[in-house]
Amino acid sequence: MSAELHPGRTKALSQGWLAAHKWLLARRLAQFGFLALFLTGPLFGLWITKGTLAASLTLNVLPLADPMMVAQAFLARHVVETSALVGAAIVLVAYGLVGGRTYCSWVCPVNVVTDLAAWLRARFGLKEGWSLDRRTRFVVLGGVLVASAATGTIAWEFVNPVTILHRGLVYGGLFTAGSALLVTLALFLFDLGVASRGWCTHLCPVGAFYGLLGSRSLVRVTARRRDACDNCMECFAVCPERHVIAPALRGKSAGAGPVITSRDCTNCGRCIDVCAKNVFEFGTRFRNGLDDVDHIVPPAKEGPGNVARAG
Amino acid sequence: MTDKGKHTGAVSRRGLLAQTVRAACGAGVLALLLAVPARKRAEAVALRPPGAIAADDFLSACVRCGLCVRDCPYDTLKLSDIGDGQPLGTPFYNARSVPCEMCEHIPCVTACPTGALDKSLTDIRDARMGTAVLVGQETCLNFLGLRCDVCYRVCPLIDQAITLERHHNERTGKHAMFIPTVHTDKCTGCGKCEKGCVLDEAAIRVLPHNLAVGVLGAHYRLGWKEKEKAGKSLIDGIIDLPDRMPEPPAAMPSPERLPGGGFKEFKP
Repeated sequence: MSAELHPGRTKALSQGWLAAHKWLLARRLAQFGFLALFLTGPLFGLWITKGTLAASLTLNVLPLADPMMVAQAFLARHVVETSALVGAAIVLVAYGLVGGRTYCSWVCPVNVVTDLAAWLRARFGLKEGWSLDRRTRFVVLGGVLVASAATGTIAWEFVNPVTILHRGLVYGGLFTAGSALLVTLALFLFDLGVASRGWCTHLCPVGAFYGLLGSRSLVRVTARRRDACDNCMECFAVCPERHVIAPALRGKSAGAGPVITSRDCTNCGRCIDVCAKNVFEFGTRFRNGLDDVDHIVPPAKEGPGNVARAG
Repeated sequence: MTDKGKHTGAVSRRGLLAQTVRAACGAGVLALLLAVPARKRAEAVALRPPGAIAADDFLSACVRCGLCVRDCPYDTLKLSDIGDGQPLGTPFYNARSVPCEMCEHIPCVTACPTGALDKSLTDIRDARMGTAVLVGQETCLNFLGLRCDVCYRVCPLIDQAITLERHHNERTGKHAMFIPTVHTDKCTGCGKCEKGCVLDEAAIRVLPHNLAVGVLGAHYRLGWKEKEKAGKSLIDGIIDLPDRMPEPPAAMPSPERLPGGGFKEFKP
């Protein structure tokens, strides 16, 4: 029970609060940092990045654009201009290397909202809920692309909560109780009371797109010290995509390497944070042999294990 | 829920609480999502930035990043929210609030990364953001016979996009009216006239071009223009028949006079 309600508590008690939250802190800093780049201009007149996550211009030289949006525009029979094409290419390459869904947990502002919902859910023990298939997001992505082609518009932008929230933050609409606030609150309540990790893990087509984009990415979490695992289940409790862990953590008998290779992994690093046995760390996809696992004498099991709750 | 309830009261209470929270959240999601369209107000005329490609194509190109908004030096451009009259997050301006100042270098167009604002627009006078129409012909001060002239004076293309046309004042019978007249081939739709109008509600306002001027059916041909283009009449060999003038009226039989001085009743 305590593992599910308070993942990371064991580690915090033994190694300190900071050790159990360092990647979470880093992520929040990154999320607010990326937001700050957009906000120094309107707030203090110091322009670093203009635009939104859809398309931006940093220091008047670096264009960035969301490749999913450029793809939708293309399907809507509009070839975007060079600036957005270059921007989308840079984003494609960057996330292709560091992991597509790194966008989700290190940049996307919605992640803060849904993480808060998930945290409250765990705290209040709200376990049940509408169970969605996590592949639904690919169906949504397919629908979005078909809709773009059929209607000749960048279809997802009519409802995209990611850019609605980001625009609301950057252009101030969030604070005037406009649609940005309404949509964000709806998303929060959906994740809190309707479906566990409902949006980011099951429905969001942007995450699905970035997941596909990072299918072969280099930066990965690896369970290098998996031999030290004592099956406390805290990593599973904290992971937003818990199906990604087992193959790496428990794949020894199947001959699988220690690297989490699933495209769904968001590189959020929470498993690294909460693991009292320091099983996980960031690495690359290349060190995925059985030799790349630290051989550790398995610790004596303390109390009854809860292996049966795996997955 | 009921199974759990059998064991202890605590679990039952907890389960009930959880169920309540879930139901409240579900209702909340629905309420919030319904509130989005419910907040839609009557739509104001929301004009697109200069160089915006055709309305039908605009949403295939605009990624709603707001770079045009950021580079607008006069804070004319805004990103739309529900009720502003354009799809959520797309750029627009409302001429009565802040009109377009028609910057020479058109920074909004330069900023657009996707081509939703067309970079082939290099002379702001070629922009067609809309077309001004003097809709308030019962309230416009010039129509009332005064010399307000503000729309004419503030027009960046004075004497081209708006001229003052002299008309006879039928009401007084002896004065002139100077009617502000928009020339749609010159008007960019910047909205300075609408902003400048001194009335409580502007008598001149910028509308999307097709709403302002109407659209002639594609099959219409203007005979005089076709003739001008061809340099001659389009139909050869028209026989010019002699013009027939009305014939003088036939002499009517003069009515029969009665002895008393009147006329006899006519019975056909």
